[in-house]
Amino acid sequence: MVAAVVTAIAAAEAETTGVATGAIQYAWVIALLPFIAAPLILFFGKRTPGQGAVFGIAALGAGFVMALAVLFHFVTGGGTYAPEGIEWFEIGPLHLEVGQYVDGLTAVMLVVVTAVSLAVHVYSLGYMHGDVRFTWFYVVLSLFTGAMLTVVIADNLLLLLVGWEIMGVCSYLLIGHWYEEHENSSAAIKAFITTRIGDVPFLFGIFALIFATGFTTTNIAEIGESIAGPEASSALVTAAALLLFGGAIGKSAQFPLHVWLPDAMAGPTPVSALIHAATMVAAGVYLVGRMFEVFVHADPFVLTIVSVIAAITTLGAAFLALVQDDIKRVLAYSTLSQLAYMVAGLSLGPEGVTAGFFHLFTHAFFKALLFLGAGSLIHAVHSNNMSDMGGLKDEMPVTFWTFLIGSAALAGVFPLAGFWSKDELLVGAWEHNQWLFFVLLAVAVMTAFYMTRCVLLTFFGRYVGEGHPHESPPVMTGPLVGLAGASVVVGFLGAPQLGAVFGDWVYFEHPHDADFVFWVAVVGTLAAAAGILGGYRLYRERRERDPLMAFPRAWNVLQHRYYIDDAYMRGIVYPIRDRASAGVNWTNQHVLDGAVNGAAWVTRGLATFISWIDRTFVDGVVNAVGGLTGATGGLLKYLQTGNVQWYAVLLFAGVVVLTIVFVQIA
Amino acid sequence: MIRLPFVLLFSAFLFSAGVYGVLARRNAVMVLMAIELMLNAVNVNLVAFSSSLHDVGGQIFALFVIAVAAAEVGIGLAIVILLFRNRASINVDEVNLLKW
Amino acid sequence: MTAQEYAFAVIAAVGSISAIAVVTARNVVHAALYLVVALLSVGATFLLLGAEFAGWVQILIYVGAIVILFLFGLMLTKAPIGRDTLDNTHRWVGLLVAAGVFAGLAFLIQDAFPLDAEPFEVFHGSTSVVGESMFRDFVLPFEAISFLLLAALIGAIVLARKDEGN
Repeated sequence: MVAAVVTAIAAAEAETTGVATGAIQYAWVIALLPFIAAPLILFFGKRTPGQGAVFGIAALGAGFVMALAVLFHFVTGGGTYAPEGIEWFEIGPLHLEVGQYVDGLTAVMLVVVTAVSLAVHVYSLGYMHGDVRFTWFYVVLSLFTGAMLTVVIADNLLLLLVGWEIMGVCSYLLIGHWYEEHENSSAAIKAFITTRIGDVPFLFGIFALIFATGFTTTNIAEIGESIAGPEASSALVTAAALLLFGGAIGKSAQFPLHVWLPDAMAGPTPVSALIHAATMVAAGVYLVGRMFEVFVHADPFVLTIVSVIAAITTLGAAFLALVQDDIKRVLAYSTLSQLAYMVAGLSLGPEGVTAGFFHLFTHAFFKALLFLGAGSLIHAVHSNNMSDMGGLKDEMPVTFWTFLIGSAALAGVFPLAGFWSKDELLVGAWEHNQWLFFVLLAVAVMTAFYMTRCVLLTFFGRYVGEGHPHESPPVMTGPLVGLAGASVVVGFLGAPQLGAVFGDWVYFEHPHDADFVFWVAVVGTLAAAAGILGGYRLYRERRERDPLMAFPRAWNVLQHRYYIDDAYMRGIVYPIRDRASAGVNWTNQHVLDGAVNGAAWVTRGLATFISWIDRTFVDGVVNAVGGLTGATGGLLKYLQTGNVQWYAVLLFAGVVVLTIVFVQIA
Repeated sequence: MIRLPFVLLFSAFLFSAGVYGVLARRNAVMVLMAIELMLNAVNVNLVAFSSSLHDVGGQIFALFVIAVAAAEVGIGLAIVILLFRNRASINVDEVNLLKW
Repeated sequence: MTAQEYAFAVIAAVGSISAIAVVTARNVVHAALYLVVALLSVGATFLLLGAEFAGWVQILIYVGAIVILFLFGLMLTKAPIGRDTLDNTHRWVGLLVAAGVFAGLAFLIQDAFPLDAEPFEVFHGSTSVVGESMFRDFVLPFEAISFLLLAALIGAIVLARKDEGN
């Protein structure tokens, strides 16, 4: 109802002002702004008052306003805007164009990315204050945001890949921002290499898709049409879908490439908020949604694989989040779990796309809020561990209340953002994939449980850390309040009772009508309540031993992250590093050295003979030439008196002589 | 009404005097003065040809040469002063570090 | 011989004599003053050839500015007096080469422009003609020259100033 009114008013305004139609043509500027800001910060940052941060904040602020204008176009019922791109280069029949493809999904992502990035930019003013590489931090932050916006707005796969890779590099730089500590730099390397492993299938997926179109285009919309056509090879499309999902697994940290994300918490907390809430990890989900045509036309088992991976990740990560002491790791595993939630939504098929992206949309706000809140806590107590916190409710009221809102939203408490998106996912799962419904429900219980645990351990009870924590400065609490407001409000965009306008913007093929199934909403709320209640009962009082240690075997497995990281190290990293290098060493000593020694013996015999010839004949000639040159030079050097006037005399004398010569010839 | 070779001969004489100055003078400032004479000889040539060919371009080049000469004198004297400060002498034949 | 040629003969004689004086004077300040005379005669030659603007510029810039610079240069450096301190030991070789240069040039000039050639009508290059041409056809070189002057200005300051701390 409200949405209908808004739409009517907006449509009337759009006709008179034409704001939205104007803004959407310039959507590409949003992606360009951070790329302009980055060199400005780099070159002029140290000389400007805010050490360059002001450029990034201005670019993102302008970008956010423009993104809202672009979204407004869709609020007023505008259609997809996909103009002809500018020709980049051509290889034979393959024409590569650079252009923008702006549909509802793009607009929503633009808003999410610019909003969260703006909040992070402002927040970092406080959090990174006094950092040794403050300016550099803002350069990379801007580049990173620009890369994500490029991924969002790109109309062809190669441009998308460019943004995708820039993002990978920037994430490496940001996670390893404090590279002085070995742990941080290895976390950065781990993140980079693990996502690279995903990038390889992605690249091959792009090749497969270009091949599927008959080597004519990389444009996403054209690829979609060509795949929907009758001549497309179904095996090729299936392969492409699997390969693309491989890329998404890497970037969105799904099982089995999820290992980088928890370690990526080594980066500064604002970076965690940016990477793990709105941008990099969302890029994988976005890719699947953007290329959904491929998944729809692929063999159905592809979506089954997607749903299985999503289920494994969401459950596994939720269990891990239960036992973490590092507050950022709780949030990191929660992010893994929630990303898998989104992927699960996408795995439901065309009907699940809206639900999956609605969860991405809401999750971006409250997860960014939680990360920034955690940053505020860490800033105050100088420790990541919840065992060093506690009782911060009174010292840090703003952080407490905003963190509480974020936690409740994540847990899915009515009527916060998380409730609506989770509910939509649960409804979709019940209708299309019932076993997945129970997995998601179980995860909902666990999510509520671990967030309750987290809140109780940090804000309630008695403070056990060192020093006296204080509330963070306004530049840090401001973004928290803004994101908290968003976390409350954005859910209503997808509320079925209010018309679920989100489904009119983001959908696959035809607008999605959100169903509201009353009993599912009740069950979802009960799940959240059960989790909160369970968490409250166990963690109401602070104890020396975590109550979950009552299950020592499970606790151990979880503390070791199911031994997956160890398995990777033992199965892949060490063999390559140790066994392979030992093998190389053996080959080196026995095979190569033998050959080398034999060759050396022969060579030595020959060399002795050649050396005799060399010394006697060749050297004689060379020495003679050298001696002659030396003697001549020794005589000629006396011409170089160092007296410039002698040189001038000779010069002019030479001119006169040459004149005479030329006149004689003429 | 004037005959061109007269002017050119005058210019040639000024040039030769300048050459002698550059070759024979020890004092760096005097060398610079001789160079000015040579530049002026060139200017006389330019203006003479400009006048005889009824083309204003030669005069303009003479003006450019004057400007370049001004720049050259400025830099040259700065170098001379630097030289004097470092070695208490501006005799060019004493500045002979670049030799065997 | 026309009236202009007589006038030119006088100017050329004065100029040539003072040019010789510049390169042979025993006193550096005298040499600078002879240089003034030589440059004035060149300026007069310009005026005689109808190059009005170039003539006045010659007098203003050279006589007015450059010679003053030379005098400053002489003042700031110790200016010794006497032939042996001013001229180097191989000045006779220099004289020989200079004479050779003059002989060569003179030969080439009379070869290309015979002395009995017709006198030419002097082209009156007024200031307005020069200005029009300068800013219509030679704007780019003009800008380049101004940039060169700026660079020389900065360069001269950098070279001549005393290094702090050394």
